[in-house]
Amino acid sequence: MENLLSIITFIPAVAAAILALFLRGEDAAAQRNAKWLALLATTATFLVSLFVLFGFDPNDTGFQFVEEYDWILGLQYKMGVDGISILFVMLTTFLMPITIAACWEVQTRVKEYMIAFLLLETLMLGVFCALDLVLFYLFFEAGLIPMFLIIGIWGGKERIYAAFKFFLYTFLGSVLMLVAMIAMYMDAGTTDIPSLLAHNFGSEDMQVLGIHIVGGLQTLLWLAFFASFAVKMPMWPVHTWLPDAHVQAPTAGSVVLAAILLKMGGYGFLRFSLPMFPVASDLLAPLVLWMSAIAIVYTSLVALAQQDMKKLIAYSSVAHMGYVTMGIFSANQQGIDGAIFQMISHGFISGALFLCVGVIYDRMHTRDIDAYGGLVNRMPAYALIFMFFTMANVGLPGTSGFVGEFLTLMGVFQVNTWVAAVATTGVILSAAYALWLYRRVVMGELVKEALKSITDMTRRERAIFAPLVAMTLILGVYPSLVTDIIGPSVGALISDYQAALPVVDGTQLAEH
Amino acid sequence: MATIILLAPLVGALICGFGWRILGERAGQIIATALVFLAAVLSWVIFLTFDGETYKVVLMRWIESGSMGSEWAIRVDRLTAIMLVVVNSVSALVHLYSFGYMAHDENWRDDEPYRARFFAYLSFFTFSMLMLVTSDNLVQMFFGWEGVGVASYLLIGFYYKKPSANAAAIKAFVVNRVGDFGFALGIFALFYLTDSIRFDDVFAAAPTLAETNLTFLWGEWNAANLIGVLLFIGAMGKSAQLLLHTWLPDAMEGPTPVSALIHAATMVTAGVFLVCRMSPVYEFAPQALAFITVLGATTAFFAATVGLVQNDIKRVIAYSTCSQLGYMFVAAGVGVYSVAMFHLFTHAFFKAMLFLGAGSVIHATHHEQDMRYYGGLRKKIPVTFWAMMIGTLAITGVGIPLTHYGFAGFLSKDAVIESAYVGSQYAFWLLVVAAGFTSFYSWRLMFLTFYGESRAKAHGHGHHGHDDHGHGHDDHGHGHGDHEPHESPKVMLIPLGVLALGAVFSGMIWYNVFFGDEGKVRGWFGLPVAEQSAEAAHGEGEAHATAEGEGHAATTATEGEGHGEGEKAHAFPQPVPGQGAIFIGPENHVLHEAHLVPKWVKVSPFVAMVLGFLLAYQFYIRRPDLPGKLAEQQRPLYLFLLNKWYFDELYDWIFVRPAKWLGGFLWKKGDGAVIDGTINGVAMGIIPFFTRLASRAQSGYLFHYAFAMVLGIAALITWMTLSGGAH
Repeated sequence: MENLLSIITFIPAVAAAILALFLRGEDAAAQRNAKWLALLATTATFLVSLFVLFGFDPNDTGFQFVEEYDWILGLQYKMGVDGISILFVMLTTFLMPITIAACWEVQTRVKEYMIAFLLLETLMLGVFCALDLVLFYLFFEAGLIPMFLIIGIWGGKERIYAAFKFFLYTFLGSVLMLVAMIAMYMDAGTTDIPSLLAHNFGSEDMQVLGIHIVGGLQTLLWLAFFASFAVKMPMWPVHTWLPDAHVQAPTAGSVVLAAILLKMGGYGFLRFSLPMFPVASDLLAPLVLWMSAIAIVYTSLVALAQQDMKKLIAYSSVAHMGYVTMGIFSANQQGIDGAIFQMISHGFISGALFLCVGVIYDRMHTRDIDAYGGLVNRMPAYALIFMFFTMANVGLPGTSGFVGEFLTLMGVFQVNTWVAAVATTGVILSAAYALWLYRRVVMGELVKEALKSITDMTRRERAIFAPLVAMTLILGVYPSLVTDIIGPSVGALISDYQAALPVVDGTQLAEH
Repeated sequence: MATIILLAPLVGALICGFGWRILGERAGQIIATALVFLAAVLSWVIFLTFDGETYKVVLMRWIESGSMGSEWAIRVDRLTAIMLVVVNSVSALVHLYSFGYMAHDENWRDDEPYRARFFAYLSFFTFSMLMLVTSDNLVQMFFGWEGVGVASYLLIGFYYKKPSANAAAIKAFVVNRVGDFGFALGIFALFYLTDSIRFDDVFAAAPTLAETNLTFLWGEWNAANLIGVLLFIGAMGKSAQLLLHTWLPDAMEGPTPVSALIHAATMVTAGVFLVCRMSPVYEFAPQALAFITVLGATTAFFAATVGLVQNDIKRVIAYSTCSQLGYMFVAAGVGVYSVAMFHLFTHAFFKAMLFLGAGSVIHATHHEQDMRYYGGLRKKIPVTFWAMMIGTLAITGVGIPLTHYGFAGFLSKDAVIESAYVGSQYAFWLLVVAAGFTSFYSWRLMFLTFYGESRAKAHGHGHHGHDDHGHGHDDHGHGHGDHEPHESPKVMLIPLGVLALGAVFSGMIWYNVFFGDEGKVRGWFGLPVAEQSAEAAHGEGEAHATAEGEGHAATTATEGEGHGEGEKAHAFPQPVPGQGAIFIGPENHVLHEAHLVPKWVKVSPFVAMVLGFLLAYQFYIRRPDLPGKLAEQQRPLYLFLLNKWYFDELYDWIFVRPAKWLGGFLWKKGDGAVIDGTINGVAMGIIPFFTRLASRAQSGYLFHYAFAMVLGIAALITWMTLSGGAH
């Protein structure tokens, strides 16, 4: 079973290939077959990935399940997971069957739709498993293509604009990251990620084109990676592509985008920025912390003003990602544990919230908040589930949403009380926009004619939500399931990070 | 046993909330109620048999991260035992009462199930509250804290078809979140400094906190004081203290049993509980305590003034609650936590009773809440009348001055006021005045409701749910036939009877252990009591006391009312922070000195109470025309009070509107004009360049992207090949 990671990564790709090659026709039977095959493949992937989870030894902070082969052109194919990446793998494999089930009602180009999602899964898993820079880059960038297609073909009216915006934002970051990777290769002579993690990138100040760069090479590399990851996250102020992308994307696309794709940025920070460029990270952490704090307040306020349900939730996502970046760059155990936890938890919660929008969008074909009101009268089960995830979204203790928020804030408090205080106002604002949304959509008398015959969730829809509710609750009540796995790796990351910093311990403490 | 108490309401909530479809609504209600009764009985067993020795039951691990650890655990000490009794008793009675109150509700159609949902919420609330009071660490407390917030949100918004109820629910939750903001920062600060959020560790570190400075925001603060204030901000939200009080009156949108349980007896007292629970920290935070005292006293006064002129029966009681909570905070603020708990304890009984009584009145008058349309109900609903009478006697503090015989409120409120006299003159005077106001508005409520002629509107609201009040003519005659006010069913009256017992006797029975002999109080709360001679005790005290503690003790002794008395206070060994349920610092002799206040101080609340009564009698029995005239004459003042000092308007103007405006502004201008504008502007320069390079493929941008990526990879690989594949 030493190829486990490759197996789970490529099961979906194989299924996609089978669909592409052998499935013919556009009739109902063919569509059904495509959906069932996709569901089967993603479920199989999830089941196999459980072997990874159970075989994983949390106390070993190195990479596990490592596979390494020579590849074309002298490149290496290398995969592996550690405590930081394994849960992202699990998150992906867990959510994909749900995503497939969520697009069961799609009618147009079903086969292609399924292929896009299956390929997307392969590429996302590849990102989290890749242990070679080139391989990572390939997966990282290629993952956008199926997402583009999903938005561009199955999306809403202004899908071209959204895709255009997405492209603009991502393009610059990608180029810079590529340049940085070349520079890293020049400096370290390898593209092997474990070797790069052990490599010391220069941090002596240097002059570039007459500009004095504090932190030297590390700062430059850090900035290049930052450009790419910050857009992915997305961080304020490069977040504006996300609401548009979400609004135009079909429900299942939104789920994947919010639940998994956004996490690539956070994962990137943890895999590259923090451990490889510790000096630069330390230098630029205040910038990130402030950007995060601003993001939380800014996007929460903007969420208050939204009329479109998906936009509102998209802005709320940006705010929640603010906690993540804040936690990561607190660079302490609580902060990073919290950040990873928040990403996992946000995967379930935001995914579920987009599904909640999808449920009523499928019925009414509008996302306009004002078109709804009083749904509880006809959709009690929906009201309950939507309430549950609304509360999880505002970080109610007992749901997984709380743990991440709480730990990241606790982590950042130890570093910068201003940022902590500003960010903590997010708990007030999030309650305001989330409950207000809920009130406008679900509460009140049901007066609108169009809604009078709306039906409650179907059996299929309930089945989709069940695992998400379960995970949100389980992780909220027993978060050790996550923290036990990530804890040791995060601890190692932090001690390496601290060790790499030039005698700052004294000054760091004095700052408080 | 503690575990059963804790989980029984949760099980009840789940069975009732999800199982009623199978079991039927009635069975669900009965199961939920039975389980809370079970919890209540067991709570009394714990309360009566508890020996003062703290013990813990660990249930499960919870959030763990590095050095931060927390578990789901139950901590049983005297504070917990008191709260268990309060929460479960009131909750059980409210469950029972709700059988009657919620039996028919004109807000729902006949085919709409709402009762099981109501009972499930009530039980869920009870569970959350129990989590709060039994927690052994700050995070679990926060869980309970937010849990009760959600339950409160759900119950305030229970009539979800009413816009006002929905607005009130959101307001309650969001304002509470403002408090939680402070609470959370307090927890973070505690963790930062003590590396733990478990009570035992925090308490043990409390003395060092007093000597630590913490840089927080713009300044350097004394850690103990800062944490004290931050935690208190949380308490202000939950306990509706001034500035964060605005949600409580609006919360009256919820069904009346909810008001009795959550917004009178239990949830709103969580803030007081928090301060008492954290007493080991507060004892080292004199400035935080001073802040609490001032704010508590001001709230007590403010809320009482507003209560004077309100017309909605529930709002009067709501402001009264707000005011009484202020009393409790004053007691805690001057350092007599036992008295704060005492007032919390007695208040739970008589305030729950007043609310349930008001509910009975509302029920009898077909959901009329405006006291201007009551009058003369004494004969029609005699049992309710007597219950309300007992509640009023209790809240106004009727008793025999200078003895320990009286209604519950007499003993506990006077204990607060006497303690306040020792701790803060400001608080003392405000509380005495507030006591007079309390008496006035309570009697006003009684007189308007039960005495005089009926002022009921002459048509039934009862059977035509949506009748608008405006349609009614103000006919001073009696209602007709079945619209006649009617006494509530037994299931509602029994809880009133039980609470009446508490309102009458709870003060007298437990006076000694809360406020009586200092030795008894200390012993009851699990603090060490000197069995040995004063000499030995002093020695032991020295062993534990911190250096500056002794210094202060010496000053207090000389400044004290009598030197001898000061010495006597030292007869008790100094406890270690965390020992017992509350902590009394070495220089804290307020409890002792409160017994030595002058006689006029002890009588003053009684005098204020009598004056309030006489004034109310004059206004509402002898000269019912006076109030209107006075309101006319003092119109600005009247409007100021009627509009609750314009807090709502002010907040709307300062916070709500700017937030909405800013949201829109940032969205349109920030995201739209600035960010997108800049990026699009830049892009407009670049994109055409690429467009010219690439062919006009249908999915143009996608193609650009893939093209760029391939180009990039190619460049990378070329570079690597050229550079010889590493060193």
